[in-house]
Amino acid sequence: MTEKKTPLLDELEKGKWPSFVSEIKRAAVRTEAAAELLQVLERSYVERRGHWKHGGIVGVRGYGGGVIGRYVDEPQTYPALAEFHTIRINQPSGFFYNTKTLRTICDLWEKHGSGMTNMHGSTGDIILLGCKTEHIQPIFDDYSDAGFDLGGSGSCLRTTNTCVGPGRCEFACYDTLEACYNITNEFMDELHRPMWPYKSKIKFSGCSNDCTGSIARADCSVIGTWRDTLRIDQAAVKEYAAEGFDIQGLVCAKCPTKCLTFDSATQELSVVGEDCTRCMHCINKMPKAIQAGKEKGATILIGGKSTIVQSAFMSWVIVPFMKMDPEDDFAEFKDFMRRIWEWWDENGKTRERIGETIYRVGMGKFLRETEIAPVPQMVFRPRANPYVFWNQDDLDTSSVEL
Amino acid sequence: MAKLDQGPPNYKEMLPPIIKENYGKWKYHEIPRSGVLKHVSESGAALYSVRVGTPRLVSIDFIRDVCELADKHTDGFLRWTTRNNIEFLVSEEAKVQPLIDELDAKGYAVGGTGAAISNIIHTQGWVHCHTPATDASGVVKAVMDDLYEYFNSMKLPAKLKMGLACCLNMCGSTHCSDIGIVGVHRTPPRIDHEKIRKGTEIPSLVASCPTGAIRPDPKNKSVIVNNDKCMYCGNCYTMSPAMEIYDAKNDGIAILIGGKVSNARSAPSFSRMVIPFLPNNAPRWPETTEAIRKIIELWIANAQKGERIGEWVERIGWEKFFTMAELPFSDMLIDDYIFSRETFRTSAAFKY
Ligand code: SF4
Ligand code: SF4
Repeated sequence: MTEKKTPLLDELEKGKWPSFVSEIKRAAVRTEAAAELLQVLERSYVERRGHWKHGGIVGVRGYGGGVIGRYVDEPQTYPALAEFHTIRINQPSGFFYNTKTLRTICDLWEKHGSGMTNMHGSTGDIILLGCKTEHIQPIFDDYSDAGFDLGGSGSCLRTTNTCVGPGRCEFACYDTLEACYNITNEFMDELHRPMWPYKSKIKFSGCSNDCTGSIARADCSVIGTWRDTLRIDQAAVKEYAAEGFDIQGLVCAKCPTKCLTFDSATQELSVVGEDCTRCMHCINKMPKAIQAGKEKGATILIGGKSTIVQSAFMSWVIVPFMKMDPEDDFAEFKDFMRRIWEWWDENGKTRERIGETIYRVGMGKFLRETEIAPVPQMVFRPRANPYVFWNQDDLDTSSVEL
Repeated sequence: MAKLDQGPPNYKEMLPPIIKENYGKWKYHEIPRSGVLKHVSESGAALYSVRVGTPRLVSIDFIRDVCELADKHTDGFLRWTTRNNIEFLVSEEAKVQPLIDELDAKGYAVGGTGAAISNIIHTQGWVHCHTPATDASGVVKAVMDDLYEYFNSMKLPAKLKMGLACCLNMCGSTHCSDIGIVGVHRTPPRIDHEKIRKGTEIPSLVASCPTGAIRPDPKNKSVIVNNDKCMYCGNCYTMSPAMEIYDAKNDGIAILIGGKVSNARSAPSFSRMVIPFLPNNAPRWPETTEAIRKIIELWIANAQKGERIGEWVERIGWEKFFTMAELPFSDMLIDDYIFSRETFRTSAAFKY
């Protein structure tokens, strides 16, 4: 391997934050591809532009996605990067690993690829960064034997993702890890064989803190919640007060619905249960004293996406409360997803996310055609204009004769 | 033969015993120090998670190093977070300090908990993408080096989450972060008519433009771009390799602030542009790091306890923010896209 200078990138080995340049250099000791990656990147830093050509279509037998084709723009100068494809491997729920599994990932990647990875891609996948076309199938075969599968890419269900949930969080209102695992397995076909107008993502968050950012980063955001009243442990409230914690100022005053009252004389905290919007603020501030209610489930919101094309959308409420029950195999949720995907598949234009389709066609039509009952929880406020569509067939035409 | 449709590995097989035993039975948590979470279950068992920053783009050597640490200190159990940090899962309190000592000695970044800056969610940049207007890893490294003191301490008014996207596709979380860093172009695409004739599906290309700036040119079997309508989003290049848009001199970074996804107190919100352009000054992007530090320091000095950046700015008013931040306000910051009207001030109440 020829030693070439990288003065600009070397600057980024200084400082306290762990350096990606040092990481590429470590891989460069093993593979020519990583060594050349360093050279191309140095050149990008000098020229202030990328050097990757438009993606190509590569993949494995039996699937329509999971691999992102990539080619350097000067293959003669950088032969080891002439093909430098990314493979997406579906991560375990909650990113839980043991070292045996991680070492398997490394050993197989050492055998076939550049030695560089992303842990993890924004959607959740383990990203294996850089391999040749001829290695793609053998890589998949080896990882498959070791118990891994590819993640999604293209116009399909993308890899699902979840927060840490009941694995390590007292706020989790449903089993996000199991939901993610079970539901991903249910929709393997939709994930591996793109057949929709565009991509579709599901993210599972155990509560409205939304640690996966599902409301902004998934077409379907499954956000844990409860239906009864939050539970307050008055002894623990008194302990917070005794420690000098400002319950009135930092908790009650910040409650968005002002449904919390702290009685400084009795040192008791009370809530008007039906006014609470379950925003999580008071629970976050006093986790030892305040707990979610007992009747738990999730709110299902649809439509979240980034800017392209119609502006960024946050998901909005479609089902205010749904049980997320591992016992019945998440049947209600799966049935719901099938219905809305089927509708989108019928109505969506090419490269139109489901949020944009609903927006274009109208919530009214979407709800009627998917047989979802409209409820006030779906809107911040009702419409201000009077331009309402009526179904003409429903009108009482007898009035015409009066 | 590879097995098809077997799905991800089963997470249950990789949970440490303490998590299996206390699954769904966690009672409360504390943050005993920066970088350490203590979760206590109903049974009284305590799990300590030691959080370490990563550059996300890592070699297999890094993963193997981390495995060695996990074998030595945590019986081989660890996880990644949704912000690409690593958490070592320690089941005994006595094992926490020795792990931290070794992490410190080896130069790992322990932190990212509570009212801190956690890892920056970011993208491919010049390392692997064909549409970027800036690099991802380099900018993130520069910003995190500069703000490191807020990663390994908990002295901010509230959490601060940052996202970086290297182009307007805005992969990741830039659109909903306290601070979003976005790669932007400022010049229209250059059409390679030869390439279009060779294999671009013209109707899809025309349809990909959000502003309708592209129309077919049947005579030439190509397309025409109305430069006055183009706002350089690069979506046409995503559709066709014939629409190259990178421009070394004019590409750079825009800064957005005030987004959040959690529902605590206020509704989730988008981040809003406050700086339309900063240059791609590799390798350290000093204009970007300086602008971000200035905004963060202003927030620290002025926010109430517990106020995220967006909540603080909404309370004082954006007009006041621009005055305090000494940031120039230009028409570029006034929305002129599809949903713009709701961002105009339809009220006579404002500050001078
Ligand atoms: S989203 Fe809620 S349940 Fe999930 S990890 Fe975050 S705080 Fe816990
Ligand atoms: S969860 Fe939010 S809305 Fe409900 S009582 Fe607590 S602070 Fe108020």
